[in-house]
Amino acid sequence: MDTLRVLIVDDEDDFRETIVKRLNARKILAEGAASGVKALEILGGKDFDVIVLDVKMPDMDGIETLRHIKKMKPEIEVIMLTGHASVEFGLKGMQLGAFDYVMKPAPLNELLDTIGQAYNKKRGLMH
Amino acid sequence: MERNYRKLWWQHCLAIICFSVIPLLFVNLSLYKLFDRIYTDKVTETLRSTAENRRDAIDLFFSERIAQLYTVANTNSFQELTDETYLNRVFEIMHAKSNSYMDIGIIDSEGRHLSYVGPYYDLLKQVNYKNESWFSAVKANGVFISDIFLGYRKVPHFIIAVMVRDKGTTWILRVTINLKNIDDIVHRAWIGNLSDAFIVNSQNVLQTRPRFGGNFLETPAYPEFASDSLKPHAYPDYSSAVTTKVERIVHNGIDAFFAAVPIHNTKWILVIKESPDELLSPLQKGKYWMILLTALGLAIIATGAALFTNTLINRIKETDRENATNSDMLLQANKMIALSKMAAGIAHEVNNPLAAIAEKAGWLKDLLAEEDIAGSKNFAEFDESVDKIEQHVNRARKIIHNLLGFARRMEPAKEKINVNNLLDETTGFLENEARYVNIHIEKQYAENVPVITSDLSQIQQVVLNLLNNAIDAIGHDGTVTVSTRYHEKTNEVEINVADTGPGIPESELNKIFDPFFTTKEVGKGTGLGLSISYSIIEKLGGKIRVQSKVGTGTVFTILLPKH
Repeated sequence: MDTLRVLIVDDEDDFRETIVKRLNARKILAEGAASGVKALEILGGKDFDVIVLDVKMPDMDGIETLRHIKKMKPEIEVIMLTGHASVEFGLKGMQLGAFDYVMKPAPLNELLDTIGQAYNKKRGLMH
Repeated sequence: MERNYRKLWWQHCLAIICFSVIPLLFVNLSLYKLFDRIYTDKVTETLRSTAENRRDAIDLFFSERIAQLYTVANTNSFQELTDETYLNRVFEIMHAKSNSYMDIGIIDSEGRHLSYVGPYYDLLKQVNYKNESWFSAVKANGVFISDIFLGYRKVPHFIIAVMVRDKGTTWILRVTINLKNIDDIVHRAWIGNLSDAFIVNSQNVLQTRPRFGGNFLETPAYPEFASDSLKPHAYPDYSSAVTTKVERIVHNGIDAFFAAVPIHNTKWILVIKESPDELLSPLQKGKYWMILLTALGLAIIATGAALFTNTLINRIKETDRENATNSDMLLQANKMIALSKMAAGIAHEVNNPLAAIAEKAGWLKDLLAEEDIAGSKNFAEFDESVDKIEQHVNRARKIIHNLLGFARRMEPAKEKINVNNLLDETTGFLENEARYVNIHIEKQYAENVPVITSDLSQIQQVVLNLLNNAIDAIGHDGTVTVSTRYHEKTNEVEINVADTGPGIPESELNKIFDPFFTTKEVGKGTGLGLSISYSIIEKLGGKIRVQSKVGTGTVFTILLPKH
């Protein structure tokens, strides 16, 4: 039985840490990364099924990080998390291969749904 | 700022008229002056030649008479002529050729009337002319033409006398000339109905009867009375004229042309007077024509100026109106851009903490469900507090999402929409709610509204918003009228949502599309509805307008392009 592995990339510590805890409580193997660079580092050593990626982060923003992720591990599904006013970033992310985007603040249920869908898609692709 | 169109109209109109009329008048006046001068010159010249022509005729008359007298005197002997029967025969021959002679007489050097033929025989036969002035004059000059005088016969006449020297005897042949002959010649110069011609001697005494002014032996005077006196004024005195003189003078308030020309054979002056009115009547007529044409020209210019100015002012008005509308719209659009940027910034900055709060609250809830603290005495309080936190985060989230909706720049969908159907569907959502507060939704759809290409859900959102506002404005008991129209000219569909609510004061009317502007009580409305509606309609290429009158109600008008 595969455990769903999720990487949460967000510079907002309180948000990231809490959501990781809540996902873990729901039997999801979740891990957090505070920045795009950190996320890529972690990805170098580990595999994930779904990455939830905040669009707006200092240093390397979500779009840039997404490009690198898709280069490194194109099979991983990415969900853009946007607190940004413009939906364009979310749409742009999807053009670059993101699975979907979710507006912040999103109820956890909504996010879980999307993560589930992404996971299903990945599995369908893999097997 | 309102332009003073009336003032502008007058300024422009007067400017056109001035700049057209001044050259017109200038040209007309100069032409008239030129014409006047040429015509006056020509008239003067004609007058001069008439006068000289008459003068020549008179001179010729006198020369002929004198020549005839010389002929008679020299072809007949003194003795023969003193015989009155013979003289009578000679006179008859002379009279046969010309009727200008009235009588004839032979006078010796002592002034005795030796023989006489004529109608005044009894009166004149005995007369001795020795002391008469003419007698000495003829003795000195050999020939003499007298002025008019009454003489012994008390009738105006004049004489021609020639002196003859024959074998030591000196005698004088004297004839009386019928005044009518000279009169006739002079009267031929009466060209117009008001012209006059007469002869004066060197004392300015009339020698012929003028047509109007005076009589024989009087001083010529105007027949017209001058305004300041009942006595007639004398004509100007030409008795001392040496050469031909033609002039136009205003004498004693009377304007007249005068031509004076001295007669060679006598010391008389022929004077011709012409009325300028008559002489210059073609010029007068020309003047009236000119005045008429100028007036006509002025009328045309004035009308043209008025019409042209009207067109121009209307165009300016239209442009001003467009400019005002455009600048209003530009202002609103600029405001919207600035506000949407700000809204986006705020939304983002608020979103992150909100997300963190939401997650923390969620985590608390997870823990409360998991742990065995359900038995704790404050469990219900914890649970409720967490729920409230989530609830209020949710409320904040909705506001933020609305804000983002306002700021969102999503490509609108392109669908074929039947506007009337869309309105039916949208009003359907609210009909129950409206009926509950006794508000009637009236529909007045135009039949010719075409199918438009636009974003159905966005238009629906706007209409729903307007309907909600209308119902909220009325409160209860009233009518919301939803109507459509099609503007064929601009190819636009118009949607009107009118309510019978209290209306919006003018001071608030220009703020109602601003974000967060609301008249609803705190917590009931975000003040974002109309600003979102505004930006949606703008994005769809349409316009949204509001008209309101306090006490009557408010009408929101949406104009949507067909494509």
